[in-house]
Amino acid sequence: MAEILKRNKALAVNPLKASQPVGASLAFLGINRAIPMLHGSQGCTAFGKVYFVRHFREPIPLQTTAMDQVSTVMSADENVIIGLKTICEKSKPALIGLATTSLSETQGTDIKRLVKEFYAANPEFAHIPVVPVNSPDFSGCLESGYALAVKAVLETLLPTIAPSPASGRGLGRGLVGKRKKQINVLAGSFLTPGDVEHIKELIEAFGLRPLVLPDIGDSLDGHLTEMDTSPVTLGGTPVSDISSMGESIATLVLGNSLYEAADFLKQQTGVPDYRFDCLMGLDAVDAFVATLAEISGKPVPEKIERQRAQLQDAMVDAHFMLGFARVAIAADPDLLYGMSRLVTGMGCEVVAAVAPARATILSDVVASQVGIGDLEDLEIAARRNGAQLVICNSHGVETARRLGVPLLRAGFPQYDFVGGYQRLWVGYRGTRQALFDLANLMLEHAHHHEPEAFVSIYHQGVKHAASAAGGKH
Amino acid sequence: MQAKDIAALLNEPACAHNEKSKSGCARPKPGATAGGCSFDGAQIALLPIADVAHIVHGPIACAGSSWESRGTRSSGPKLYRIGMTTDLTEQDVIMGRGEKRLFHAIKQAVDSYAPKAVFVYNTCVPALIGDDIGAVCKAAAEKCGVPCIPVDCAGFYGTKNLGNRIAGDAMFKYVVGTAEPLPVPPEAQRPGITVHDVNLIGEYNIAGEFWNVAPLFDELGLRILCTLSGDGRFREVQTMHRAEANMVVCAKALLNVARKLQTNYKTPYFEGSFYGVTDTSMAFREFAKLLNDPSLTERTEAMIAREEAKINAALEPWREKLRGKRVLLYTGGVKSWSIVSALQDLGMEVVATGTNKSTEEDKARIREIMGDKTRMITDGSPKALLGAVKEYQADILIAGGRNMYTALKARIPFLDINQEREFGYEGYSGMIELARQLALTIQSPVWPAVRKASPWAKTSVPGIELGA
Repeated sequence: MAEILKRNKALAVNPLKASQPVGASLAFLGINRAIPMLHGSQGCTAFGKVYFVRHFREPIPLQTTAMDQVSTVMSADENVIIGLKTICEKSKPALIGLATTSLSETQGTDIKRLVKEFYAANPEFAHIPVVPVNSPDFSGCLESGYALAVKAVLETLLPTIAPSPASGRGLGRGLVGKRKKQINVLAGSFLTPGDVEHIKELIEAFGLRPLVLPDIGDSLDGHLTEMDTSPVTLGGTPVSDISSMGESIATLVLGNSLYEAADFLKQQTGVPDYRFDCLMGLDAVDAFVATLAEISGKPVPEKIERQRAQLQDAMVDAHFMLGFARVAIAADPDLLYGMSRLVTGMGCEVVAAVAPARATILSDVVASQVGIGDLEDLEIAARRNGAQLVICNSHGVETARRLGVPLLRAGFPQYDFVGGYQRLWVGYRGTRQALFDLANLMLEHAHHHEPEAFVSIYHQGVKHAASAAGGKH
Repeated sequence: MQAKDIAALLNEPACAHNEKSKSGCARPKPGATAGGCSFDGAQIALLPIADVAHIVHGPIACAGSSWESRGTRSSGPKLYRIGMTTDLTEQDVIMGRGEKRLFHAIKQAVDSYAPKAVFVYNTCVPALIGDDIGAVCKAAAEKCGVPCIPVDCAGFYGTKNLGNRIAGDAMFKYVVGTAEPLPVPPEAQRPGITVHDVNLIGEYNIAGEFWNVAPLFDELGLRILCTLSGDGRFREVQTMHRAEANMVVCAKALLNVARKLQTNYKTPYFEGSFYGVTDTSMAFREFAKLLNDPSLTERTEAMIAREEAKINAALEPWREKLRGKRVLLYTGGVKSWSIVSALQDLGMEVVATGTNKSTEEDKARIREIMGDKTRMITDGSPKALLGAVKEYQADILIAGGRNMYTALKARIPFLDINQEREFGYEGYSGMIELARQLALTIQSPVWPAVRKASPWAKTSVPGIELGA
């Protein structure tokens, strides 16, 4: 069990943390024809927007309640009502995600009441769900903001299921398994669009129909469409599907951060769930695939067996480079946990681990200590413990350069790397590629175990002469 | 910051926009607003000062998604690239521990990184709960022996533009005039050349582009005391008051600094740009005019003649590729005409330009340069922009990075002209890079490829089929 080191300094240097409102926005961006609106000053939105545009290389719909000095001091309630109305009129979205920031939270906004007031004043927009979520950036990080938004989506959209007349035991319970092939997937923020896509393929390989919430694999996968421009997301979980989650046969929960949302889903619907903290590494993927076989009652398809065998082969090949490798990792908690499992499963040692905020999963990270902190903390620990490789987002470039070790980019944001948003990490295939990449980085940079060239005092002159001639051979 | 202080900053007598309304830009509309906040603007204006510790005082959102996003370059210290924030927690806010944390944060920054000064940027939450960053900076400066400059730029004060002004105001109030420039070293003196001290205000050295121009200043004997703020140093800002002439580069945002330098120190200034051959030459001529040194004027004209001949020859092969191509330009204010002359230098035709941030004066200038047939576009929404591209049959859209993916998603060649770009276009030699980037996107083989339907599309159902 990892020891958790508390933040112990006044100044965060080279922050690792991205804010809760940004995380909440990301979750809403995985819903079809949706638009998030942050309740704060316009900069909250502008920064969040640039953050995602640079990472995904996509236009990102994101709006703001644009609190100014007067509304900040007097009251910004009207801003929320006007903002919602403007978006409904202009963009006709299928859903609006309404996330608070620390500005509106400090002011003391009651976001849920404001949504009610909005509907009371504008009954013509009753058909457009607005999902309020309290996501101040003075708590948590991207991952927790995302998880709060997923839970808020369920809270807003699930109660609309009619109580089952058959059982009468509560909302929707009698409907469990009504859609025999439908399986819910609560997808955590550590998954890339490429990951979500692959997870859907795996599920479909067992003859099941995945209903992924949120589905950034469909909205942020980077594809050209016939539509030139859109003020809302193009792709993602259809809003109408969310209300049918109570009719699925099972729920797969991907990521420890979503367990609270999963608790709510299970309690509301009675759909049994299967929980996974990570999907990287042989054991983790085995558990996932075995679960799919169990739920579907079908044998594991040959294609997937083959992928498993390929991963095993890669593990054998790569263990020479990765055994005893000293790795430093900085990431949001779920990703940090997954990465630590992946590399220690290959014989690496995690010598520095940093997360931006607390989370339950951190004590399970496979490292002796996990620091709550920033990239300065990572750099200090990595240097002290002789790390040979850094796994971090694009902000880690300078850190790795100063440490003189290679960097594998993972997590948010990746602004100096085309296609980072799309990279596949999970499943047998994703794990295999990750191992190849890790091994290659070590190969390129590992010259530590080679002895220095030695030339004997009796060398008769020819050895130096050959090298001085500059490769005449 | 008091409302009356904000109002004072919004009233910029030297700005031509001022005529229309004293309140500055219109109030942002909730649910239909784009653009940054005052903190954004202040940070952008000052972050390039390279040897300063830039501390963002607030919860994580302000620094967390914005640090290391500036394309500005430094020839020396890299301290400005280290992201620093007090990362306030809920407990800090509730218990009122923000000021204390800030004080210790400044001390930590000074101890770990030995900055020449500390800039503290105030953000929404501490402004709302009433942290007195001025007092903390004063106490910390005494304790640490390093100047600590409060920049009171909470996001809710207003727009990015206001933030620029707040930044300029803070420099003027706390930094400018606090040190004297060193004498010109004897080895840098050349016979027959009188060295003149100048400032460049609002030059950010994006992608190092100012280094295209800087050698020419040396050649003419113009010593740049300070560029506010590209490749800048704290000490340079301190000496700005001693310049003989100032140039406000390509943006009205820091006009207040130039105006105050004129009022308080009698330094004349002009507004200019280094984009395009014509404007670059014009900038040097303006300096010569303000400095009123016949020898300088003579050498300036000789330098311009030499550089223009050289660049014209070098641009000829690029003109072949770009001549007659139709450009839709969408940028704000000054840039809308300053870049036009650069494009015309390349033989391109600007068919329409955005003018929603331009003044009447800018618009007149546009008409003068481009003639009456040029359309002016005021609606900058993605839909309107794409419509205009179609209507005017433009070959390329040139706009800010925010519109990049709007263009690319619609399969339209695009050139980024704003602060976040990765290439420098300033000066004579910058024109080659501009031409290269324009040709690179306009001529790219990807455009026909991505506009082409799949070979089997004809045999499938007619009409547009969207995924699922």
